[in-house]
Amino acid sequence: MIQLLQKLGAKSVNRVAAVGRAGQLLSQSLIAKPAPMTMLPLLVRQLYFIGVLSLVIIIVSGLFIGMVLGLQGYTILVDYGSEQAVGQMVALSLVRELAPVVTALLFAGRAGSAVTAEIGLMKATEQLASYEMIGVDPMRRIIAPRLWAGFISMPLLSMIFAIVGIWGGSLVAVDWLGIFSGSFWANMQASVSFSEDVLNGVIKSLVFGFVVIWIAVFQGNDCVPTSEGISQATTRTVVYSSLAILGLDFLLTAMMFGDF
Amino acid sequence: MTLINDTHIEVNNLSFCRGERKIFDDLSLTIPRGKITAIMGPSGTGKTTLLKLIGGQLTPDQGSISVDGEVVHTLSRRRLFELRAKMGMLFQSGALFTDMTVSENVAFPLRVHTDLPDSVIGDLVLMKLNAVGLRGASELKPAELSGGMARRAALARAIALDPDFLMYDEPFAGQDPIAMGVLINLISHLNRALGHTSVIVSHDIQETLSIADYVYLISDGKVLAQGAPDQLNGSEDPRVEQFMKGRPDGPVPFHYPAQSFEEQLFGGSQ
Repeated sequence: MIQLLQKLGAKSVNRVAAVGRAGQLLSQSLIAKPAPMTMLPLLVRQLYFIGVLSLVIIIVSGLFIGMVLGLQGYTILVDYGSEQAVGQMVALSLVRELAPVVTALLFAGRAGSAVTAEIGLMKATEQLASYEMIGVDPMRRIIAPRLWAGFISMPLLSMIFAIVGIWGGSLVAVDWLGIFSGSFWANMQASVSFSEDVLNGVIKSLVFGFVVIWIAVFQGNDCVPTSEGISQATTRTVVYSSLAILGLDFLLTAMMFGDF
Repeated sequence: MTLINDTHIEVNNLSFCRGERKIFDDLSLTIPRGKITAIMGPSGTGKTTLLKLIGGQLTPDQGSISVDGEVVHTLSRRRLFELRAKMGMLFQSGALFTDMTVSENVAFPLRVHTDLPDSVIGDLVLMKLNAVGLRGASELKPAELSGGMARRAALARAIALDPDFLMYDEPFAGQDPIAMGVLINLISHLNRALGHTSVIVSHDIQETLSIADYVYLISDGKVLAQGAPDQLNGSEDPRVEQFMKGRPDGPVPFHYPAQSFEEQLFGGSQ
């Protein structure tokens, strides 16, 4: 019994210490004198790896999810004679929920896991230690550009997801099922508010992007530098990020749209 | 014992543990400026750990390490990175940056710490690569190099800035006899010509002793013996003799601490 308590205590202490280390990583990498000439090329490179290379999966997923929404929406709404509202339904679902959440989940799987594995491998092959010994802070050189690239990419990817999704919805609803395009777009325009829906969606994607990339760089930097350690860290990135996204989504939704 | 007048690095009463295992127990040593100091000892005695402690990558549990009079683990992060810019370290694995070519790796410290024009950096990189025999491999990626070549490229990077103080972690491991001879000459030449302080951690006894000015033999977390290479070669201490002559039997155990072989082998069947 005492042993069990001891184990539980040790685990809790480890968890709290990990949160502390994650905070330290964030402050050491982000709070520093700006050095745009050094940082900009590194940031552009990471924007390419983290953002641009995620475009294919985001566009394809957005398109199919939009098409499915259009189809499902039509099948349900047609029974009530309200199929003209499909555009409104597709747009609100995407902008408020699906674009930030699904993009963040895909982002965690595509970019988050890659960042963790890359940093973990750099740690295992002593490249991070090598930066330190050359007198270059790896927090600034390796961690910071990836963090910023994550913050910047995620809202943009989420917006692209929503736009492609809406286009996918219109393909099914208007071009295939024959809903009048005027009512599809006019209903959407009338019901989607920029300040409430679009902005809240962007805020969500910013929060998710921050959390996902923070988890990813921390897990990479904190991993046990062995092949098993890197594999576990990569898994943890995807699992923790997904849980954090879903949990935070509920909290944010309650805060944004919960004032009934 | 040689009288050390000008101390570059001073390790005072250092204790360091990894989990339950005590790596160093009240270890003290001094590394003289401008000399080649070898740190030797059986595997697992923490020689690489000592280099990491000197470089401030690890923090001692007790005691202190001073480089140029500055206590490493009390320095601010910014000051520590400034100090490291004056150090060079050759890692056991080479630790080349895999996203850069060999020449970019060697140029990296020059680009971040100097404002030299590209043409000058290019010339310096060529000189350093020529010194380690890898001028022809300048455009290769680290993945295309053999282990020995990667370590030589890493050495070129470590000496790129002509640091005051160089730490070599197993520089001779995996080198063919020709490369080994070149490296011995290079390390010795760098030290004599430029007055670098060098610390070599190595198991290659004869090669290391041929260029070292002073040797520390570490075992069980303490300094087992120290002195000029001749003194250690002529030591009558059985532990020193066993290590220097590479004898399998003697007071220094070959096996990692464990229960008796017989007990473990037959324990289950009895």
